[in-house]
Amino acid sequence: MTSVNTTTKEMEFGENFTLNFGPQHPSAHGVLRLVLELDGEVVERADPHIGLLHRGTEKLLENKTYIQGLPYFDRLDYVSMMCQEHVYCLSVEKLLKIQVPERGSYIRVMFSEITRLMNHLLWLGTHALDVGAMSVFLYAFRDREVCFDFYEAVSGARMHANYFRPGGVAKDLPEGLTKTILEFTDAMKKRIDEYEGLLSENRIWKQRTVGVGIATAERAMSYGFSGPMLRGSGIAWDIRKAEPYEVYDKVKFDVPIGKNGDCYDRYLVRMEEMRQSIRIIEQCIEKLPEGPVKVQNFKISPPGRDDMKSSMEALIHHFKYFTEGFHVPKGEVYAAVEAPKGEMGVYLVSEGGSKPYRVKVRAPGFAHLQGFEMMTKGHMLADVTTVIGTQDIVFGEIDR
Amino acid sequence: MSITLKNLFSKNVTLLYPWEKTPISPRFRGEHALRRYPNGEERCIACKLCEAVCPAQAITIEAEPRKDGSRRTTRYDIDMVKCIYCGLCEEACPVDAIVEGPNMEFAMENRQDLVYSKAKLLENGDKLEPTLAERLQKDAPFR
Repeated sequence: MTSVNTTTKEMEFGENFTLNFGPQHPSAHGVLRLVLELDGEVVERADPHIGLLHRGTEKLLENKTYIQGLPYFDRLDYVSMMCQEHVYCLSVEKLLKIQVPERGSYIRVMFSEITRLMNHLLWLGTHALDVGAMSVFLYAFRDREVCFDFYEAVSGARMHANYFRPGGVAKDLPEGLTKTILEFTDAMKKRIDEYEGLLSENRIWKQRTVGVGIATAERAMSYGFSGPMLRGSGIAWDIRKAEPYEVYDKVKFDVPIGKNGDCYDRYLVRMEEMRQSIRIIEQCIEKLPEGPVKVQNFKISPPGRDDMKSSMEALIHHFKYFTEGFHVPKGEVYAAVEAPKGEMGVYLVSEGGSKPYRVKVRAPGFAHLQGFEMMTKGHMLADVTTVIGTQDIVFGEIDR
Repeated sequence: MSITLKNLFSKNVTLLYPWEKTPISPRFRGEHALRRYPNGEERCIACKLCEAVCPAQAITIEAEPRKDGSRRTTRYDIDMVKCIYCGLCEEACPVDAIVEGPNMEFAMENRQDLVYSKAKLLENGDKLEPTLAERLQKDAPFR
């Protein structure tokens, strides 16, 4: 910790010490910059500075058609890509008042849950690495790599998929993918037990996480926490249950909650969420119906390539779709999904054209970060990294 | 400890990258290429759909009628630094001319070289044509 650039005030006896943590600190998860006021090793005040990764996504979206705007959502929270696409698609679909075909819906839910697995695997690995357990990181990344293969199989990109589209998904699943996914989920069940075996009863892990970064249920609510951060404090709030979207009301899963609201509880909640995700993925594959994966209204989704090459009308639709895009009726709408990190929402205002008038992204990490001081106050400097880890901070979504 | 020991003696999952590679999906979106028809004529008809749909505005096209009266591009540049590899150009192309190929190793020594000209893109296409055609054929039922 001494290697970070320190800005010292007058170092007189008894005065607090101001430490500049990040943005190049390896455990600062991206470009987090914290200004910490320390009394010895105890954190007195933690002031997160944001904005180093600001790309103006919301403004950029105003100048893009709806399909062009989609790839930008991959890059918000760049460890849970498809969930971000999902929320944008949902908001557009709400305004368009269209229903995604059932197969498309199941594929979406399945990939949302694969994304949750990926996100939690990355979180687990880096969190454990921050706290001092190296091997979990390596194992978690091994499994995450397999999830990337699924992404690549359906969309062609390993990270920034651009796979969900307003009205469905871009392409159907390739042959044999469901079988590979099932093989993976089978193996994954044992792996999760293995990770828990490495950490849950680990004395060092418990010393570093139990009782650290406590957010009481009340506090968590008033700070606007969502997702595992809220559930770790004992509030069973999950948008998948509270306001089911897609086919979440047709699959069975449990919402794990914690009790004490400390880092250890949130760890347990996330581990259980991974198991539930696997359950959902398996149910999705089991129930996966036949049929189209996107709406068959060719003003909203592109026609098939064979049609496009043989039918004049389809060709016109194709050209209109890729140049002008589609027109979304005038209105305002808020759509939210349970992203791996919490409630990810989009408030979309349309003036009736082919481009949004205003897009406001509600990122869960932003709310979590503002609770940072509350969670670290009175803890030691080393616990700061634990809290960063447990908040699962990704700066892509916070700075936007 | 038992978990660690078990993993210590299990099979390696890592690959020796430059020599060993993972299989690539036929939908993989890598380096771009411009394709030709089997008779050698370039496919691109300068409809500019890819230019219009590109979210990053990485594609620049200029076109005029050729001597034989057919419309072809005189300039087709892709700024590979701007490109976000979203695959929309490939989806938009009505004649399967611009495709994102399987190649992901195209590091250059300077940025200028990463602005691909039409010649470079056609060269990519000629080099990879059998693979590209195979990939498109495999993916055809899903497009």
